[in-house]
Amino acid sequence: MKRALVLAFLLSLALLAFGGTIHAQECDDAIGCVEIGPDDPITIASMLTTSGATAFLGEDSLGGIEIAIEQRGGELLGHEIELVNEDSLCNAEGGQTAAQRVASDETILGVIGTNCSSAAVAALPTISEAGLVMISPSNTAPSLTNDNPDEGGVWQPGYFRTAHNDLFQGAVAADFAFNELGARTLATIHDGSPYADGLQDVMANTFRELGGEVTFQGAINVGDTDMSAILTEIATNPPDVLYFPIFEPEGNFIAAQSVDIPGLEDTTLMGADGLLVESFPENTGDAAIGMFLSGPLVTGDAYQEFLETWDEVIGGVPPSGFHAHAFDATNILLDAIEAVAVETDDGGLLIGRQALRDAVGATEEFDGLTGVLTCGPTGDCATGEALAIFEITEAEVFDDAWPPQPVFVPGGE
Amino acid sequence: MNTTQHTINWKAFLKYGLLAGLVIVYVSAVGMLEAFNEREVIRDVVTLGQLLIVGAPFFISLIITQHLEKDAGNIPLPARGLIIGAIASIPPVVLVGLTQVINFRPILVNINRGMVEVLTFENESLLVGSLILAAVMTVAGLAGSSITLLPAKPRRALLIGLIWVLGVGVMSELVTGVLSEHFSRDFERSLFERDTLKATTAAGLFLITTLIALGWGYSNDDIKKQYRALPTSSQQIARGSGFLLLGLFLIVLPQIVGSALSETLSIVGLFMLMGLGLNIAIGLAGLLDLGYVTNYAVGAYVMAVMTSTGALGLAEKTGVDFLNFWIVLPISVIAAMITGFIFAVPVLRMRGDYLAIATLGFGEIIRILALSDWLAPIIGGAQGVLFIPNPTIDHIVLWRGGQIIAALLIGHILRAFIKPDWQPSDNIYVATITKFAAYSAMGLVISVAASEIVRAIFFSSLDLSGQAIVRGPQQIYYVILGAAILALTVSVRLNNSRTGRQWMAIREDEDVAAAMGISTARAKLLAFTISAATGGLAGGILAVKLGTVFPTSFNLLVSINVLSLIIIGGMGSIPGIILGALFLLGLPELLREFEEFRLLLYGALLVAMMLLRPEGLWPSAVRRRELADDDSVSTAPAVGD
Amino acid sequence: MNLSTAARVPQGLSLQDIVSIFLRTAIIFIIVNRALTLLNLDNFFGISTLIIELVVYAVVIGLSVPTIMDVENFNVVDFSITLLRIIIILLVVIGATNTLNVGNTTTAQWINLTIAGLAQGSIYALIALGYTLVYGILLMINFAHGEVFMSGAFTTVFLAQWFNRTGFLNSAPFLAIPIMMIFAALVSMSVAILLERIAYRPLRGSPRLVPLITAIGASFFLQYTFRGLYGSGFRAYPPVEILRGGLPVSSITIPYTQIVVITSAIFLMSGLYLLVERTKMGKAMRAVSEDKEVAALMGIDIDRVIVFTFAIGGALAGAAGVINGLHRPQGVNFFMGFFPGIKAFTAAVLGGIGNVPGAMLGGLFLGVIEAIGPNLVLAGLGIPGANQLKDVIAFTMLVLILILRPQGILGERLAEKKA
Repeated sequence: MKRALVLAFLLSLALLAFGGTIHAQECDDAIGCVEIGPDDPITIASMLTTSGATAFLGEDSLGGIEIAIEQRGGELLGHEIELVNEDSLCNAEGGQTAAQRVASDETILGVIGTNCSSAAVAALPTISEAGLVMISPSNTAPSLTNDNPDEGGVWQPGYFRTAHNDLFQGAVAADFAFNELGARTLATIHDGSPYADGLQDVMANTFRELGGEVTFQGAINVGDTDMSAILTEIATNPPDVLYFPIFEPEGNFIAAQSVDIPGLEDTTLMGADGLLVESFPENTGDAAIGMFLSGPLVTGDAYQEFLETWDEVIGGVPPSGFHAHAFDATNILLDAIEAVAVETDDGGLLIGRQALRDAVGATEEFDGLTGVLTCGPTGDCATGEALAIFEITEAEVFDDAWPPQPVFVPGGE
Repeated sequence: MNTTQHTINWKAFLKYGLLAGLVIVYVSAVGMLEAFNEREVIRDVVTLGQLLIVGAPFFISLIITQHLEKDAGNIPLPARGLIIGAIASIPPVVLVGLTQVINFRPILVNINRGMVEVLTFENESLLVGSLILAAVMTVAGLAGSSITLLPAKPRRALLIGLIWVLGVGVMSELVTGVLSEHFSRDFERSLFERDTLKATTAAGLFLITTLIALGWGYSNDDIKKQYRALPTSSQQIARGSGFLLLGLFLIVLPQIVGSALSETLSIVGLFMLMGLGLNIAIGLAGLLDLGYVTNYAVGAYVMAVMTSTGALGLAEKTGVDFLNFWIVLPISVIAAMITGFIFAVPVLRMRGDYLAIATLGFGEIIRILALSDWLAPIIGGAQGVLFIPNPTIDHIVLWRGGQIIAALLIGHILRAFIKPDWQPSDNIYVATITKFAAYSAMGLVISVAASEIVRAIFFSSLDLSGQAIVRGPQQIYYVILGAAILALTVSVRLNNSRTGRQWMAIREDEDVAAAMGISTARAKLLAFTISAATGGLAGGILAVKLGTVFPTSFNLLVSINVLSLIIIGGMGSIPGIILGALFLLGLPELLREFEEFRLLLYGALLVAMMLLRPEGLWPSAVRRRELADDDSVSTAPAVGD
Repeated sequence: MNLSTAARVPQGLSLQDIVSIFLRTAIIFIIVNRALTLLNLDNFFGISTLIIELVVYAVVIGLSVPTIMDVENFNVVDFSITLLRIIIILLVVIGATNTLNVGNTTTAQWINLTIAGLAQGSIYALIALGYTLVYGILLMINFAHGEVFMSGAFTTVFLAQWFNRTGFLNSAPFLAIPIMMIFAALVSMSVAILLERIAYRPLRGSPRLVPLITAIGASFFLQYTFRGLYGSGFRAYPPVEILRGGLPVSSITIPYTQIVVITSAIFLMSGLYLLVERTKMGKAMRAVSEDKEVAALMGIDIDRVIVFTFAIGGALAGAAGVINGLHRPQGVNFFMGFFPGIKAFTAAVLGGIGNVPGAMLGGLFLGVIEAIGPNLVLAGLGIPGANQLKDVIAFTMLVLILILRPQGILGERLAEKKA
């Protein structure tokens, strides 16, 4: 008897479920459409690293996304913008899991993410197959926007990024070191992250091509505190420039301890956007004075306004250097949605997935915080123009001044 | 005891009340309260953070008040809970007050406005908010103690109903995910709003589950009795069909739950595989191995390097291109076993804590080597190994394999119905084999005939010459399921084998085992080697599942995860491992809020488990017997030493 | 503990054996070297042929070892361990010889590295004392001791920053730094005492793995509690003006911070030594570590002694946290205790766990090895990115010591109890 009751209950549930009205809208998109009811929100997702040791990266990007949504009043085409956050961590597993979650939610139109290249590589097949658009604010690995597998390229349709390809940033750093500083010898240190390893590799190769000599390419581990051994090894053949595109706190240790190593007195220190954070000069002390950092050129009134909004909405200052990229990425995505959405009879929206991809891909002369963006055929939206080299001065170390002033902009100015 | 009945020991109340209160202060200060508050359990009614506030006094008074007989004197049961709840509210209220006087923010980052808002139920006036907080906690304490007044069965039913509602509420994304996979969006929306449980749905669910639990509670005993009364053959059939149903359930599971949850299931499965392996070292042989990740890494890198189509792959480097997933998987396993053996040799003479630290060292060495520039030309260093292709299966293999499995199943069923008492020979081995062969042959005839007929009629266009590509979590799931069944079978056999008993002897006392004539060195080597096998298996599958292998995947946390799931599930207990994997890996995957606090909770769980229930959630049968003989804690988990 | 274990201690090689092995090595070295040169193999899958050579030598020598050793008692385990020992010795000798032959690094640089290593090592030593004291008395590894160190160092960073803001740190550094050390010691001490009271005391007398697992759990719990409390960002100790620069000694300059680190560590360690050897409490500690039951019969309050031991170990770790902050000011966060904890444990084992002077010696030794090892040995072997493998050296050394000389450099006072 009880069983019969349960059965009846389940049956009625099933009837209720299938009895629901079915919207028949026309979709002529090659890879499907997303249909948004009149009262439904427009859903986009973030796939960032919001836990663990790299959480600061994710929090930084997430702030950029939230501010971009906030500036539109949280609405697009009269629909609320809903942001679904998935934690993609900073590894392949996290990227894949987050991608599966996002792909299984059919209402999601596009993704802002991932932070780490390893997560992106594992997430890409799923994201691409699901017909999604993914715009990364901080993936810099050249392979991600290379579509030739023979060269190690892993690009798949639907992937874009507003972050600068290492090829650009490494080249700018090498150009600055060789031509501006007049350096002829270079040593590099990475920390075992694909980002640092890739960037120092590009830098070293470009430096060699310019005619310089690379005296040392070494690595430390995340968690090391004593850098005297590697610095001494470098000091056996002191280079003109020591390039370490790594993060806090290992970057602080290298900068601070290099002062105590005899032989490195004349070596200029250079880092990259991983160290372009407000806490770096303060934590490193006067050893950071005179150090150069490469990174995105995000200055100007719009950026000041952004920072004010940040302080208002989130509080404090952004913890890393990719918030502006995330802000631009979100705006590109939302603009594209706005451009391709078709209003349906009942007041809802119909958005073709391929159309959305095409719209993002067709982004031209987008005036963002990180410069003028134009998306290339394999997803590189940042063209490397809005990069700069910054110099840390006493103002940053002692007087909390931030950001530092750019001293070199590629292409002159 | 009776003599002290009328003196009231206020210290006991103070102790437990403050305990509950300090738990709230702790979860507030580490940011857990605010993070959990992001998740609404029931729409517009209660959040997970608020559940924490209610839960601490509720459960403490639920558990403690009954045991306060000696201390409580003549205070009635509900009042005891009331007192505990009231005391519990003091620390959080004080905390709220202090935030108005001192700015904790520059140091204690999580004691901020957001936390205060959660604690004061977002009330504008802090005074009113604090009063509400105190009232809520007092009432929760009262509820916790009052519920113990109910008779056992309704109380259980009530708690089960509550757990169901809260469970569905907390897991609402999972439930809505499954619902939207199979039903229309409108149906899902009638029950949930924005992926959270509606209040009406919650009430309905509570009613239904409580009633069912109540009904079950009263009929449960009858069913057990009826089952025991059945003849042995019928019991076997019942159990067999139970297994069959379970098997069918596991087969259709990924289709029911959709791809996102299949992903979670796959991860749980991989860790379960590793748990089964490590269990041999820790649970059976008592060797605390903190470097299990070594085997995982070796399995993954062997798979990656041998099958990758990229520059690091064997095909590109040597031109050997016939290697695929199915060929390399056994090689991954063997490679892991060899690594296990090599690393076992130097540590054979170490015991307990020294062994733990040495194996921890091995795990770190492997991680650093995987990252290193030195080995980068072989295994990619920081850039990892890319382009690991998905496994493929010929359709014909799938088809024939399905027929054979069906044949075995049909044969098994036939045996129960056709001549169950048939004894073809006096020799037990001959008889078993003959019976197996005969029934399987019958099964094969039926399954092949039936399937070919069905194919000819309904699926005549089915192409058996092609290949299926195993991709996506819903398909990788089956590979993991297969591996898990294999590992489970081997584990169960090993548990009851001679070798298994040797390991247990070593676990209990190595010197005595040696004195009994067991070659401890051989047995330990074997334990490490076999234990490594499933690590290699899991690693190999991981490599194709991800399609890439990066060194970041192989850190100490993998070892700690596997260790935790074994210990929390119950050392040496196979069901315990399954439970542990679901609990420790499944839950945090589903609850994003947990991610940030995963290791905090693991740590707390490990400590609590060792202090309160060292035998684990689902202890092995041996352990349970030991505990029945002697209930002192010290003899319970006789591991290592 | 019993006779059977004593009988299974590996037979060491005599000096004569080692000389004989090296003679054989020399001959094989020449043969293999010639062969490889003739084959003109430079690179095999990216592994330098030198490594392959070394493995070949080691196998050949290893095979010859059983003929030297007692053939009748030959067993695989002893054989493999001997083999491992020879491989390591060869790697170290050849690596160091190559490096010194090339001679890129000057003597002054080696000395500087050694002093930096000593400074790092004295911090390891201070933490190691906590492991050793607890092990001596309870025979358990307090896996969470690294977190005790972290709790003091992390909490005190706020005090140090406050001192810096108010100017107190630079106007009276020799008053401010001891205050910071005492504060850190108190914090770490409280954490250590709580840990003992909540996590370890109820488990006294249970099988050995149970408190070890508890300790692992407690370690993670503490890490993430402090992360929750203070946030996940990195903080830094403020610079102390008076410690800027260094003391010139002939051709080298020794940074003042390193001098302060080493002297204050020596000061603290001698204090501890006097405490253990000369005071009544120290005597009680030694009595308890010899035999708990007898000590209890003599009227010693065991619980009190154990709590005191945890407290002392914690206080030293806390003080080490501040000293570490002077030496390596950056990178203060919740995870900063984990690796130093493991390293310090290695140091304790190296010196002979349970042995107070041993822990000091082990710490200094490990610090120096870490500082000069990668450059001296690994670089000489032609391994690229040698510094990345620094921790491999530390962990290999830990495993080797555990295998080859579990009683440590100075011997373990409680060796007989361990097994």
